[in-house]
Amino acid sequence: METFTRHTGTGVPLRRSNVDTDQIIPAVYLKRVTRTGFEDGLFAAWRAQDDFVLNLPAFAGGSVLVAGPDFGTGSSREHAVWALSDYGFRVVISSRFADIFRGNAGKQGLLAAQCEQPDVELLWKLLENEPGTEVTVDLAAKTVQAKDLTFTFVIDDYTRWRLLEGLDDIGLSLRHAEAIDEFEARRPGRLPTTTPVRSA
Amino acid sequence: MGRTLAEKVWASHVVRAGDGHEPDLLYIDLHLVHEVTSPQAFEGLRLAGRPVRRPDLTIATEDHNVPTEDIHLPIADEVSRTQVDTLRRNCAEFGVRLHPMGDVEQGIVHVVGPQLGLTQPGLTVVCGDSHTSTHGAFGALAFGIGTSEVEHVLATQTLPLRPPQTMAVTVDSVTGELPAEVTSKDIILAVIAKIGTGGGQGYVLEYRGSAIESLSMESRMTICNMSIEAGARAGMIAPDDTTLEYLRGRPHAPQGADWDAAVENWRSLRTDDDAMFDAEVHIDADELTPYVTWGTNPGQGLPLSERVPDPAQLTDEGERTAAEKALAYMDLQAGTPLRDIAVDTVFLGSCTNGRIEDLRAAAEVLRGRTIRKGLRMLVVPGSMRVRAQAESEGLHEVFTAAGAQWRQAGCSMCLGMNPDQLAPGERAASTSNRNFEGRQGKGGRTHLVSPLVAAATAVRGTLSAPVDLG
Repeated sequence: METFTRHTGTGVPLRRSNVDTDQIIPAVYLKRVTRTGFEDGLFAAWRAQDDFVLNLPAFAGGSVLVAGPDFGTGSSREHAVWALSDYGFRVVISSRFADIFRGNAGKQGLLAAQCEQPDVELLWKLLENEPGTEVTVDLAAKTVQAKDLTFTFVIDDYTRWRLLEGLDDIGLSLRHAEAIDEFEARRPGRLPTTTPVRSA
Repeated sequence: MGRTLAEKVWASHVVRAGDGHEPDLLYIDLHLVHEVTSPQAFEGLRLAGRPVRRPDLTIATEDHNVPTEDIHLPIADEVSRTQVDTLRRNCAEFGVRLHPMGDVEQGIVHVVGPQLGLTQPGLTVVCGDSHTSTHGAFGALAFGIGTSEVEHVLATQTLPLRPPQTMAVTVDSVTGELPAEVTSKDIILAVIAKIGTGGGQGYVLEYRGSAIESLSMESRMTICNMSIEAGARAGMIAPDDTTLEYLRGRPHAPQGADWDAAVENWRSLRTDDDAMFDAEVHIDADELTPYVTWGTNPGQGLPLSERVPDPAQLTDEGERTAAEKALAYMDLQAGTPLRDIAVDTVFLGSCTNGRIEDLRAAAEVLRGRTIRKGLRMLVVPGSMRVRAQAESEGLHEVFTAAGAQWRQAGCSMCLGMNPDQLAPGERAASTSNRNFEGRQGKGGRTHLVSPLVAAATAVRGTLSAPVDLG
């Protein structure tokens, strides 16, 4: 995974709450078996409307998405994170993220920065009044800064550390292979297995 | 101090306790796989040269992409076909058991696990699908994961996780049973309307109380299934005699002395009397009536007897904006009685309400009746086993005599990924779990309902309960 320390890019105000993963990428775009190329599905239904924020020239090339509360609810599809990343987003700012989305983002180097809703409101106003404003997100300091506005965000320490170091989660868990072996040796034999196949 | 059910299951699966920096490493007992969220995970294994650590704790089925008619033919959509073929190749290469389209055990992943007896109390169950919470109905700790985590579990049979908080959702009834025409779907829609789509965030919900205890396993699965719609990590119900009776004799349930040992363990899987939950919610089941959603998230629901709400009456600015956008998308006017909303399509099925009991309940309403002219009704069993059971009871004849379509098993119209979709502007009463914009097809409009309301709505053509049929 790519390391993440600090990112500066155009902020994009998405004034909506409950942006569910079906909005981020509709199911019809989930059929690919590759890990790239999902940018065409990002907000597909909304992007069909001319006045949608991503269609406004001032926000072209935006990389910091500023959304309402309950971002990423619904389906567990990691494609939602891939679509945002493939489009060019490095950061999503919201006052509340759905658990699975937050977890998926952390695995893929997309920073889910959780902050207070009043800070989101201030940033929305700034980005709407001065479209194209750049936002700097500093993971080491856990701050968001745009023009004169500065506020902090929260992220769990472990995810922050992995992002800063660019560490692979599977590799980290496999350091505990011995503990996994020992745990498996203690599991009762009566626990179910999928093979051999038994049928009704 | 005592422990909650969720804490007990968690504690018994900690491979390595967290150290303040790293989270707990949790062992996974059962990994369910389907075609949509697994291809990139298998590809990751291949690139890293890693095997599937425990193919014997892994099982796959095809559900999201599969058509529900003409299944003897190759899948017409080339991209869907490629995804299904990719699952078949991956399962063959990595030695994972697969139930493909047409197989007697094929079906929606969350219907297949329980009916095989693989889902058992006290297990940890994961799947690259948010509705994995379904399996919590057995007292398992079951939750949805993303594709990176799917790869993680395939490679290590573990996940690094922080323990969730716990919330008690107590649903009591003085009579010990639900009011007439109220189902577990109405309970969970009422819970989500009460706590909101973010209300369960960070929590495992434990459903308890006399009304929950009175429910069948199918009904319990419906409730736990939609825990994720309240934002919860998982939903759980303590195992009891109902759970044991459901499991006894299932293909992968323990047998003989193993059964006795398992039952002894399962009996201990309940929240201790002196345990503390981090949050508590109460619902009075006796006050419930059938619920339907009017908006574009599952928290936007009301009793069927109500009217479409007026956004201007909402004091919270965020909620008001959301309601305005929802009504515009749904093409609804504030003040319209919910019972006056006419639908084009009725969908009965999904991992929420595609089990035998759901089909029986709807068939009972439709018996001797016909669906409204011009309306289409799809009846999609959750698995091929459910389909066979329904046919052995003659339910398919009730549905087809009423004018509904009797289909093969799959996710079908729950999500717009296979041929079963809403057309733009089309409106559905659906027993599925999400009324998001475009969820059932681009531009489609969804009202979430119970199987009873679905059947009555199909007859009258507007959102209705069986009582409205006279």
